[in-house]
Amino acid sequence: MPKITYIEHNGKTHVQEVPNGLSVMEGAVQNNIPGIDADCGGSCACATCHVYVDEKWFSKLPNKESAEEDMLDMAFEPNKFSRLGCQITITNDLDGMVVKMPSKQA
Amino acid sequence: MIKTDVLIIGAGPIGLFTVQQLGLIGLKAEVVDNLDKIGGQCIELYPDKPIYDIPAVPVCTGESLTKNLLEQIEPFKINFHLNERVQEISKEKNNWKIITSKNKIFIAPNIIIAGGVGSFEPRKFSIEEAVKFEDKGVYYSIKDKNYFKNKKICIFGGGDSALDWAIELSKFAQVILVHRRNEFRGAEHSTTTVKKLEKEGKLKIKTPFQINSIEGQDKISAINIKSDDGKTEKIATDCILGFFGLIMKLGPIAEWDLNLEKKHIPVNTENFQTNKEGIFAIGDICTYPGKLKLILSGFHEGALAARACFKLARPNEKYRFEFTTTSKSMHERLGVKVK
Repeated sequence: MPKITYIEHNGKTHVQEVPNGLSVMEGAVQNNIPGIDADCGGSCACATCHVYVDEKWFSKLPNKESAEEDMLDMAFEPNKFSRLGCQITITNDLDGMVVKMPSKQA
Repeated sequence: MIKTDVLIIGAGPIGLFTVQQLGLIGLKAEVVDNLDKIGGQCIELYPDKPIYDIPAVPVCTGESLTKNLLEQIEPFKINFHLNERVQEISKEKNNWKIITSKNKIFIAPNIIIAGGVGSFEPRKFSIEEAVKFEDKGVYYSIKDKNYFKNKKICIFGGGDSALDWAIELSKFAQVILVHRRNEFRGAEHSTTTVKKLEKEGKLKIKTPFQINSIEGQDKISAINIKSDDGKTEKIATDCILGFFGLIMKLGPIAEWDLNLEKKHIPVNTENFQTNKEGIFAIGDICTYPGKLKLILSGFHEGALAARACFKLARPNEKYRFEFTTTSKSMHERLGVKVK
């Protein structure tokens, strides 16, 4: 099962096995990893599952759809490695991926 | 002071359908919502997105669902109190006393919280100085546009609100529109207009930039903006406007001792009552073993909570289960004639 490393804003690190097919957001929420709110429940409508994907991994992800880019406009302190956790589906290729959470989601 | 049988917090789909369930059994309700319109998340977050899992409705949108629910509750002539948030609740004998942000007072034996994930509030600038200048140079909405006449204004955002206000204020103020990327997500027509105004020298556009800091003592004198690549720029300005959409905040509900579990209110599944008699929670805001955050689950929760409200609102009457197909009293309440 792919392992995803979630790093809270304070540096606390969680290495979590996340089954293929779940999203980065679900991997955190279902395992009580703090820092991801996911208010809308994963419908790409709230920008509260915002993560910074580690530079090495960012380019390996499928491109953002425009709906995700639009929602990132509303995220808290987005940068060029910003993604919404609900829009990243875990696959074997992402085994080892590192994501960091912003200081808050809103 | 308004007396009613049930005060509903939240005018989303679940609040609306519960109005209908209450109306059918002869209970009056008043609805309070912090948004300026009816429909909750359906209207604010996904008015145009399709929904495929409303029973017997193969597909609808957030907007059409809201419209149909409003039509369904039309016979009950409900009062909506929009732009208003419930601030305080307290127990008074057999009733709850509810006070809103506009100091309106309701007296009701029942409160149904159908508040989704909380009330919608504007998303704010992330930098700390923005708090100090809020309403004194930092704004998230415009109450009187004349206030901005001949001022230097920086507008942040890429959606319709940002574009529309940039266009409007550029008629009588010096506007700079700042956005984190080169593309705007607002309506195509507004995007074209903004770019045309830029060419004509009527406003300026700075992309891809975000705010980095605010300068000034008692009032804003300048701001610094920064791009992803670290390029910074200083802009002299009188005020900044942020249009980053809305975020849901639980707000005062968190202070009502409802034993919250991670922003959700635990309820029993018999009648969706919380730990307090006469306070019910339904829809996305409630939690119980097996809870599904689906609109259809919220409808069920509302139907059961409505029956439980009857006991407290009509303690001396006996509740009788009836079907809308055959009940004369329900037909009267609906204002329909059935042979």
